[in-house]
Amino acid sequence: MNGVTLRDALDVRDLCVAYGKVPAVRDVSLQVAPGSIVTVIGPNGAGKTTLLAAIAGLLPARGVVRCFGDLATAWPVEERVRRGIVLVPERRELFGSMSVADNLRLGAFTRRGEQHKAAIADVYRRFPRLEERRGQLAATLSGGERQMLALGRALMSAPRVLLLDEPSLGLAPLVVRDIFSIIAALRSTGVAILLVEQNARAALAIADYGYVLESGQIAVEGESASLAANPRVAAAYLGQAHTARTPAAPPG
Amino acid sequence: MDLSIAAFLVQDGVTNGAIYALLALALVLVFTVTRIIWIPSGEFVTYGTLTLAGLQLGKPPGTVGLLIGVAVVAAIVETIATLRAREARKLPLRLAVWLGVPLAIAAAVWWAAPRGLPLALQIVLALAAVTALGPLIYRIAYQPIADASVLVLLIVSVAVHFALTGLGLWFFGAEGSRTPAFTGASFTAGGLTFSAQSLLVVVASLVLIGLLYLLFGRTLYGKALHATAVNRIGARLVGISPSFAGALTFVLAALLCAFCGVLVGPITTVYYDSGFLVSLKGFVGAIIGGLVSYPLAAAGALLVGLLESFSSFWASAFKEVIVFTLIIPVLLWRSLTSRHHDEE
Ligand SMILES: Nc1ncnc2c1ncn2[C@@H]1O[C@H](COP(=O)(O)OP(=O)(O)O)[C@@H](O)[C@H]1O
Ligand SMILES: [Mg+2]
Repeated sequence: MNGVTLRDALDVRDLCVAYGKVPAVRDVSLQVAPGSIVTVIGPNGAGKTTLLAAIAGLLPARGVVRCFGDLATAWPVEERVRRGIVLVPERRELFGSMSVADNLRLGAFTRRGEQHKAAIADVYRRFPRLEERRGQLAATLSGGERQMLALGRALMSAPRVLLLDEPSLGLAPLVVRDIFSIIAALRSTGVAILLVEQNARAALAIADYGYVLESGQIAVEGESASLAANPRVAAAYLGQAHTARTPAAPPG
Repeated sequence: MDLSIAAFLVQDGVTNGAIYALLALALVLVFTVTRIIWIPSGEFVTYGTLTLAGLQLGKPPGTVGLLIGVAVVAAIVETIATLRAREARKLPLRLAVWLGVPLAIAAAVWWAAPRGLPLALQIVLALAAVTALGPLIYRIAYQPIADASVLVLLIVSVAVHFALTGLGLWFFGAEGSRTPAFTGASFTAGGLTFSAQSLLVVVASLVLIGLLYLLFGRTLYGKALHATAVNRIGARLVGISPSFAGALTFVLAALLCAFCGVLVGPITTVYYDSGFLVSLKGFVGAIIGGLVSYPLAAAGALLVGLLESFSSFWASAFKEVIVFTLIIPVLLWRSLTSRHHDEE
């Protein structure tokens, strides 16, 4: 996975993020290749949201972020969006008093000319539900629909690197399945997906590679299948109590 | 009081109220998009009147020098920021925007001053000159601290207000100016007399409000401003830069205020420091709308206009007191009814 053949869409090296003096993410390095799904799993408070926010440029960070080889570290959020690094945040951050269609249209704010028309047709094809609700205000949508809208809005920006923060959060299991199959289907568009999840089982099922984040550091990494088979990961995150009961503390 | 006096007072109140409504809308716009409580709005009203007055007198208004000075400062700020970000290749375009455009407008005003152009053209030039000041002031004073708290932004606003009042005295002088009425015509309907000037003010205000409504509802940039007001982080995540939203907001807000200045000119004599009182009345309206609701702000401003007109009839010495006292029950009512909510 580590960029021998393909140039990485996203390459993060030694990223450190702190809130004031309190470190939340320490020396995290990870790579995502185009057309692949990489997941970061970990318990509540591990620093997953902080990590994604820093990669998106919302939080200042030390370390290096590269997008298709270009140094992105100094780019503000808007520049990263323009260059294809797009975040779907944990809180969705929709425009509640605007219609679904307007939310989507604004997703293509950085794109020129009429490109948004083809993009919106593509989003409606992936999320027929959004087309049914296109005149409705975003604030009145159900939880699953809001997540769909957040994803759809991000797709409108023509992402090359898509950062997804807990897309399953607060959703019913059936809706989670829908959303995850839509995410898996995005792989064929060539977009690189960095998927942050507490729902480790669902995430590892669609991801190619995974990292386990604990207390702001990467504790374990590996192919999804081998991570799922790792007794420590299984015990801590997949709820398989019968496997070895090793406590999931960060090494060292 | 008989009917004709009441009708006159209503007419007077609605005319002033329409002007306050434009101001209130500008204040709501600025606050919702940038969180700035825009105390210096009144100076833009003043500049609007005084620029038009200068053009009418056939001499280049102080705005020319003011615009050049402010544009040079903004260009320096922008150059330093651009070089710091190591984006030197973007510098020519940015200088064209921050220096080239304002200088071109200043040159046009300077050229036009002695030529006695038709009133409509002079109004367009005055609006352009004062509007250009809006984003320049934003670039210099607000953009570098755009993430600061509302309180810090407010303190900066107060400082900008004093600076702009001082600059007003320097560039326009201490004498007051009044612009001639757009029309002296009047007409009667149902036995009551209305002045065409009042009607013009109200219609112009309504047209401007309508245009603003279309801008927000129909255009991408208008929606981008709305989106920034609704969810700042969401707006950044779709690539709307706060600096862009801020500059565009100040273009619109300065235009609204300059327009108020043009409308106020024939009604009252305007001195370099007259704007403040006018803007405070806009603020009362805007605060009735909680600084976030456009319709309530406009309605509030209309109420202020009417209250002012009737109180100047009954107790003219206390008219300002009465108008500003209105804010106390409004604040009480708002603090009892409003709750903090996170929009998502
Ligand atoms: N705005 C903030 N200010 C201070 N500390 C924060 C803030 N946001 C998160 N944290 C802290 O940083 C750590 C990581 O949080 P977060 O990135 O939200 O974790 P996760 O997304 O994995 O649940 C936690 O200890 C949390 O308390
Ligand atoms: Mg989180």
